[in-house]
Amino acid sequence: MPILTVEHLTHVYSPGTPLEKTAIEDVSLEIEKGQLLGVIGHTGSGKSTFIQHLDGLLKPTSGVVRFNGADINADKALLRNVRFQVGLVFQYPEYQLFEETVFRDIAFGPKNMGLDEAEVRERVAEAAAFVGVPEALMEASPLELSGGQKRRVAIAGVIAMRPEVLILDEPTAGLDPAGRESILKNICAYQKSSGAAVLLISHSMDEVARIADRLIVFHDGHVAMDGTPAEVFGQAPMLKEMGLTVPAATEIALALRARGVALPDGIYTISHLQELLCAMGREGGIC
Amino acid sequence: MLKNITLGQYFPGNTAIHRLDPRTKLIWLVGYIVALFLAKGWGGYALMLLILIAVASTAHIRAAALLRGLKPLIFIVIFTAILNLFYGEGEPLVQIWVLKITADGIRTAIFMVLRIMLLVCGSFLLTYTTAPMQLTDGMETLLSPLKRLHVPVHELAMMMSIALRFIPTLIEETDKIMSAQKARGASFDTGTLRERASALLPLLVPLFVSAFRRADELATAMECRCYHSGDGRTRMHTLRFAGADITALALCAGMIAAVCLLRGAGL
Repeated sequence: MPILTVEHLTHVYSPGTPLEKTAIEDVSLEIEKGQLLGVIGHTGSGKSTFIQHLDGLLKPTSGVVRFNGADINADKALLRNVRFQVGLVFQYPEYQLFEETVFRDIAFGPKNMGLDEAEVRERVAEAAAFVGVPEALMEASPLELSGGQKRRVAIAGVIAMRPEVLILDEPTAGLDPAGRESILKNICAYQKSSGAAVLLISHSMDEVARIADRLIVFHDGHVAMDGTPAEVFGQAPMLKEMGLTVPAATEIALALRARGVALPDGIYTISHLQELLCAMGREGGIC
Repeated sequence: MLKNITLGQYFPGNTAIHRLDPRTKLIWLVGYIVALFLAKGWGGYALMLLILIAVASTAHIRAAALLRGLKPLIFIVIFTAILNLFYGEGEPLVQIWVLKITADGIRTAIFMVLRIMLLVCGSFLLTYTTAPMQLTDGMETLLSPLKRLHVPVHELAMMMSIALRFIPTLIEETDKIMSAQKARGASFDTGTLRERASALLPLLVPLFVSAFRRADELATAMECRCYHSGDGRTRMHTLRFAGADITALALCAGMIAAVCLLRGAGL
């Protein structure tokens, strides 16, 4: 059974006022455990509205969101439980830090779950290790940390709840390349070891191309594409029509094809492209 | 949930009232309040009510919108009414112990309630039809004579503009932080009063941190552009009186004169 099921989800902001706006319309999706989903789409395409439904922060105007088969908005107790099972990391999560020490901030979620002291300690240590927050920083004030470290602490605060679905809204925005790389690695590591489903919203196609095993493309409040990275990036012209870019590798492959190099569709990583080109070079196939 | 709060209260539009110079509207409001306190009898209050209805309908402001503004004042209105009801002089109509209700008392009570309601509705009409920035501009120009007395008029107006500008930003920020903490299991609407108060901490700390950060950034940005508040500043939108403003001011004077006349006639 899929862990999250979304059925005909529609959300309208400020209904009945002049500001009425349909953010998402008739979205249906199934998310399986262990999947790493990339969610792409440009600003205003409805992806942020969509993810806020998955842990019940927004109520559907119509449609149902099911967690393990049960409607999450059916009753309050269930909803609260779902909030712990579906961890949501917002954009720029470092702005939500508030506690006196890093430890206590990461412990906020687990404490709200009503876990005992020992369990909280264990989870905080585990989460901090996952995102690479050193032991020495645990008693520091989160407001004194650098931007990248604050981001790590904030992500740890969600991971410490051991969610079965982890949703991250642009976790690497505004970080330097090394910071991006290491946070992505941490997320992949969490996904592998916990078997959770991970949804990653990103504007970087190269990022999602490399780590996701399924891609969902939002456009104008609808799911425009849903498939493996090869399937989605195989339709480069359609993506470009929606105002989205494709990974650098796809771009290069398309340019080479236009010049007569016989490359297949659906190339989206540099290593795959390199492999194909090397093979061609050995056979003397290029020019 | 915070998006439902209407702040600034401005209803954009393009009616004759919306187009008036903000200074004209401010002077009108002052004139209206003066006239309201000059009004003494049924005739005077009826005139003031008619003027309010006329202005509201010209500005396409519905009665419901005006009445909504009165909601928070219900308590004061009722309190005033009851107090005035028992303070009348003359023959009592009803007497309970030392409390007596007279015809005079009922009259004063009705007038006081009417006065408060008209006062508030009049002020709301101003904010409904004038953009906040225009309003601060108008206030700054009208108060500029006070600069001679070393009142920092420009600085005060600037502070007000900045505050107004940041209200929507901070509301959005509050919404975001609330969602983020809810996602970590915080609940803002359950528990005892004490629990609720401490539940606000995860909201208020980040909010203050970000408000200070924004203030700091804004100050730097203003200094980078060599902002200074001294003399010689020009404005992007200069306020200009038009023909309609002259007419409006004449009407304002006419209103006060009419109320004085009615008062003299004992109406």
